[in-house]
Parts: sequence; structure tokens; C-alpha cells
Amino acid sequence: MTRHLIGALLATAALSGPALAQTEVQWWHAMGGELGAKLEQIAASFNETQADYKIVPVYKGSYPETLTAAIAAFRAKEQPAIVQVFEVGTGTMMAAKGAVYPVYKLMADQGKSFDTSEYLGPVVGYYSDPEGNVLSLPFNSSTPIMYYNKDVFAKAGLDPEIAPKTWAEVEAFSQKIVDSGAAKCGFTSGWISWVQLENLSAIHDAAYGTRENGFAGLDTEFTFNGDVQVKHWDNLKKWADAGLFQYGGPVGGNDAPPKFYTQECAIYMNSSASRAGVINNAKDFQVGFAPLPYYDDMIAEPKNSIIGGATLWVLNGRKDAEYKGVAAFFDYLSSAEVQADWHQATGYLPITNATYDLGMTQGYYAANPGSDVAIQQITRGTPSVNSKGLRFGNLTQVRDVIDSEFEALLGGQKTAKAALDSAVTRGNAILRDFEAANK
Amino acid sequence: MQTKRTIFPNKGLPWLLIGPQLIVTAIFFLWPSAQAIWTSFRREDPFGLNTTFVGLANYTRLFDSGEWVAAAGRTAVFAVSVTALSMISALVLALAANRVLRGSRFYTTLLVWPYAVAPVVAGVLWWFLFNPTIGLLPYMLSGFGISWNHRVNGGQAMTLIVIAAAWKHVSYNFLFFLAALQSVPKSLIEAAAIDGAGPFQRMRDIVLPLISPTTFFLLIVNINYAMFDTFAIIDATTSGGPAGATNILVYKVYADGFLGLNLGSSSAQSVVLMLIVVALTFVQFRYVERKVQY
Repeated sequence: MTRHLIGALLATAALSGPALAQTEVQWWHAMGGELGAKLEQIAASFNETQADYKIVPVYKGSYPETLTAAIAAFRAKEQPAIVQVFEVGTGTMMAAKGAVYPVYKLMADQGKSFDTSEYLGPVVGYYSDPEGNVLSLPFNSSTPIMYYNKDVFAKAGLDPEIAPKTWAEVEAFSQKIVDSGAAKCGFTSGWISWVQLENLSAIHDAAYGTRENGFAGLDTEFTFNGDVQVKHWDNLKKWADAGLFQYGGPVGGNDAPPKFYTQECAIYMNSSASRAGVINNAKDFQVGFAPLPYYDDMIAEPKNSIIGGATLWVLNGRKDAEYKGVAAFFDYLSSAEVQADWHQATGYLPITNATYDLGMTQGYYAANPGSDVAIQQITRGTPSVNSKGLRFGNLTQVRDVIDSEFEALLGGQKTAKAALDSAVTRGNAILRDFEAANK
Repeated sequence: MQTKRTIFPNKGLPWLLIGPQLIVTAIFFLWPSAQAIWTSFRREDPFGLNTTFVGLANYTRLFDSGEWVAAAGRTAVFAVSVTALSMISALVLALAANRVLRGSRFYTTLLVWPYAVAPVVAGVLWWFLFNPTIGLLPYMLSGFGISWNHRVNGGQAMTLIVIAAAWKHVSYNFLFFLAALQSVPKSLIEAAAIDGAGPFQRMRDIVLPLISPTTFFLLIVNINYAMFDTFAIIDATTSGGPAGATNILVYKVYADGFLGLNLGSSSAQSVVLMLIVVALTFVQFRYVERKVQY
């Protein structure tokens, strides 16, 4: 027995010998489920194309968990070379100048081309510094859209091919669905802070904060307690009480997807990247895709929505050989083929023009109705100062504040106005902290 | 009580003997505590790249903000509820198991089981049971016309973590109570019965006073458990929500420090917590212990 064991150990050592010559590059990410499986597959296929580097993807939990894990690791000098950081962590990462190896610099140092003009404007603008340099590699960008259950629509006597366009229609349709007994609830939503506040503001051209939503400087203050936001939160509370809307929980709203999958709620608003999960889980019903609703009495032409998702940041303090591997991997990731594969499998946006063109020539959008809703929504109209994105430090904490104020609203402790006012006050205190810490 | 005193032949040996304990205390208590105190006077960015000395600012902000005071109030409610619930149910179970003649070991094993469950796993179990969307209990409660949604209803969320935390600690209390009950001399109880004391009177005048050292010990352990050891359960069930309704002090230290990355404030909170523990232990031993008959 012991001899066998030793034999096995020796064999393993012999086999793993050549692998040690490869440079391993740690990639911490936050993609679970269908998305995680696809991501692992991309890393594996990169590893197969060459023998010098091995990308090792490590799942670190949710986006906030991944970010905090990376920061803790950096403090302990155990940081990975690549970390996937969601869009709200952008302000925090940009301010951490000593910790980050900017991607434009990395690619230049390693002699790889990195043409940012190829990327979609709303995507690349979100991740550029004031001089126009792109600091992190856009990888998975999404924007929230609306999913709806066509079967339930038909059962309720609605036309399954017509999605609600405005919030008034969402209310009317939901009422009809609940009254007819076709489903228990009208709609639910993931990411309350991102979908029902940040994107709501952008779509209605309402400022989320001063100083161009934070792009122009750290001395910014939140202003998301304006008319459209108060009106919308008032409505959400009213609809929750009437049973038309069900809350899916804080942060990403983990309870929202099952409510839609089990046909408890007929409409579901979440990231375009929920598409893979929706298609996988909606076995017993037909799904429709549509842009997010808007208030037609507040804005005639809704603005573009803003992005979410994440980019890949490179952290300082690793060996040079690893950065060579990172550059080679980023080069591979930016190719139209890899991007198109990722975009089509997951529902993330096609972030480069070449990716979108490739999808067109492949006939992907014609064959998959609704798969271009997200890209249409994010590129519609001319972006205004209020719809080009957000840039606030410590936005993760601010989102927690928003969640807790939203819960106070639903629990009946506060009115919509009071909840949003308090979120603004608490959020501004967090912004001042960030400003003071990054002077 | 007699004090035993050992005379060592030289001075090196006693140091050698307590050395390991001193080293462990220094590494795992003194050093981190000193660091916490030091960090609590500073403001740092998340990556630790630049820090400024801010004096007592982290502390004054803590007491000025209603949030921390509210969390302290919640912690008191939580600790008292968990201690009461887990100790009373453990005592009832121990009394029952003490009366069982046949198969008492079997019951004991079953009752001790929950203690072996890792806190996070226990939290996830309760999370599943009470999940407003997919949970079993909300579904059953809706049959009685009760709408359970601890995602929105703070009172329900608090109830949930009290039940989960108490359940986890019943086993521990049960073991101690059972041992204490078994050491109550049968002769005393029989004598009281002959003198005409009913079951309630025997319980009040004989059993409870005799197990009071155990009760006192458990009281301290349970309050400490509820205040400092329930982090994993809260993290797995409610994560401090909704609207901070289950955000007790120890969870707030974690949320502000590790999620919020505000290390200065988080350290200030841990220092305050440390002072609370010291004060609590002092009060308990100084005043409560006097009333206990050993």
C-alpha cells in the first residue's frame, strides 16, 4: 500500500515537472454559474493556444467580495496579477495609483497593441482617466434590460409580443396579470441600486451627482433625491403594497431570479448578462426581451442606459514574467472571436465594434431575437452628462446605504422622499471620507 | 478555600512553564489589540497606501452617528433574547432528559448534535428554511395568513437570527445543565419530598439554588456568545439587513471594515467592543457572583 502511494506520488511529481516551467498567472473573478463555466472555458482555451503561461481563474464570490478579497490580499502582499472589478469599484481602483498597473501602460511596456478606439464609447469612457487613458481592460459590460414571460402575458389576456414600454404600462400590465391570476406578482428586479436608481436617473437624464456625476472631480455630491427618483420609489412602494412588485433582496437581489424562473413574477429587470441564466432556467415558458421602461410624462425620448459589469485590473507587485503573460492573455481576450463567443454565450455587451460586426455577419442577432436589446438601449441617442456613467469613490458602500434605505421604505419606516434624502446625506458622508483619504 | 502554593527550586522553570501561554496571548491578543488601537486613530485608504493621523475623530463620529447607538441597542435586545431563549429551552430539555431512565444517552446525543454543526452551515440551513421565496416555513406560515418576509420586515429578521443563534447554543447549555442536574444529591430531593414539598417547590428551593453556579457560568458564556460569536449566523442569514435591523455591533465591525473598507472606524468600534467586554465581565463577577451559592 505504502509502496503504491510512493509510486503514485513520484509519478505525479514527474508529470507535474514540465508544468512548473510555465508561468502561472492568477485571475480572481466573480463569475458564478453559467458565466463562471464560460469564463473557465476561455481561460482553458487560452492555455491551450500556448505553452508559456497558464491563466489560473479563481472564483472569489460576489463582486464586492472579490474586490475586498483583492484589497486584503494586496495589503498582505499576496495579490493576484489580474482581478475582475465591477464598475462601481472603478472610482476606488482609479484612486489607488500605487496599487494598479494601468492596462494602457502594461500593453505598451509589453509591446502589444491596444486600440481603444475599437471599443464602444459608453464602455471605454467609463474606464478612462481624465487624460483619456484606459486603465483597465473592458471584459464583461452589461446594461439592465427587461425580461418577461410571454406565456403569462397570454394567459392574462395580453399580447405576448408587446412588452410594456412605460412605467404606466408596467403598472397596468402587472395589475392585469395579478387580477387575472396568471401570476402572483407583476414584476421583480435585481440590483435595486443599479437598475431602479442609477439607470433610472440616466434614462431620465437626471443627475446622479454633481461635477458630471463625479467624472470632474472628487468634490462631488449626490443628487439622486430629485423628482423622478422620488416619484419612482414612491411608486415602487405603492406597487409592493399592492402586490404588483416583489423585492428580490439587497445588493444583486438573489431572490429575484427564482421569482421569475418559477413564474411567480411575470416581468424581471436585470443585467443583460442574466440572459444565459434566464434561457437555461426558463424551460417551461417563452421569454421576451425589451428595453427598460421609462416615465413618458418625465422625458419624451429616453436617454441611453449606463453600463454595469466589470473590467480586468492589473495589480502591481508581481514578477515581470507574469505581466508578459497578462499582456498575451489580454491580447487574446480582445480578439473579436473570443469576444463574440463570450458575448453570445452570456448576454454581455459586444464591447468592440468588430465583435458586433462579427455577430452580424454570423447572423446571430437575426437568429436570436432580443439579443440586441441591450446594445440598442445603451447606444440610443446622444449621451448627456447625466447618462455617460458614474464615477464615485466607495460606491460599493453607497449602494449598501441605498439598499438599506430602500428596505426602510418598503418596511414602511420612511417615505420615498425621506429614504432618498437620507441616502444622499449618508452617501455624501462616504464621499467626503473618500475625498479626504485620497487627497 | 485553601490556596495551594508550589515552591519551585529556581526562577527559570515557572517562566518556562507559563511561557507558551504568554507567547500565545501576546501574538493573538496583545499585538492585534495594540494594532486595533493604533489604527483607530488613523484614516487610511483601502489599499493602505496613505494614512493620516486623525486623533479621536473616528470615535467622536461613532458616538455622534445614530447608527452606532442604534446598533448597540439592537445588540442588547439580541443578546438578552438569545441568552433567555437558549438557556430556558436547554434547562427544560435537561430536566426532561434527566428524568428519562431508558435511552437517555440516545436523547443526549441527539440534543448535542446541533453544536457540531458549523455556524455558517447552520446559518445556511435557516436561510433556506425561512427564505421568503423558496423557503418551507414562509410557505407554511402563509397558510395561516402570516406573510413572512424578513427581507423587508426587520422584526421578523431579528426573530430569525435569535432563533438561529439560540438553537445553535442550546446543546452546549443542555450538556452543562444535565451534568449539574445529575450532581444534585437524590437524598436531598427525597428528603424534601418526604417533608411534603411539591415538585415546583423542590425545583425552586433545592434544584435551582444547587445548579446556580452552572447557571451563572452559562449566563456569562451565553451573553458573550450572543454578542461576539454569532457573526457567521448573521452573515449567512440576513447579512445585517433589512435596513440594518440585524446589524449588531460585531457584525458592524466586519461590515464597516471588510465590506466598507473603513478600517479606522472599524478599529475604533472593536476597541469600544473590547471595553464593553471588560466592563461586562467586571460587573458580572463583582455583583452577580455574590448572589450565587457555591
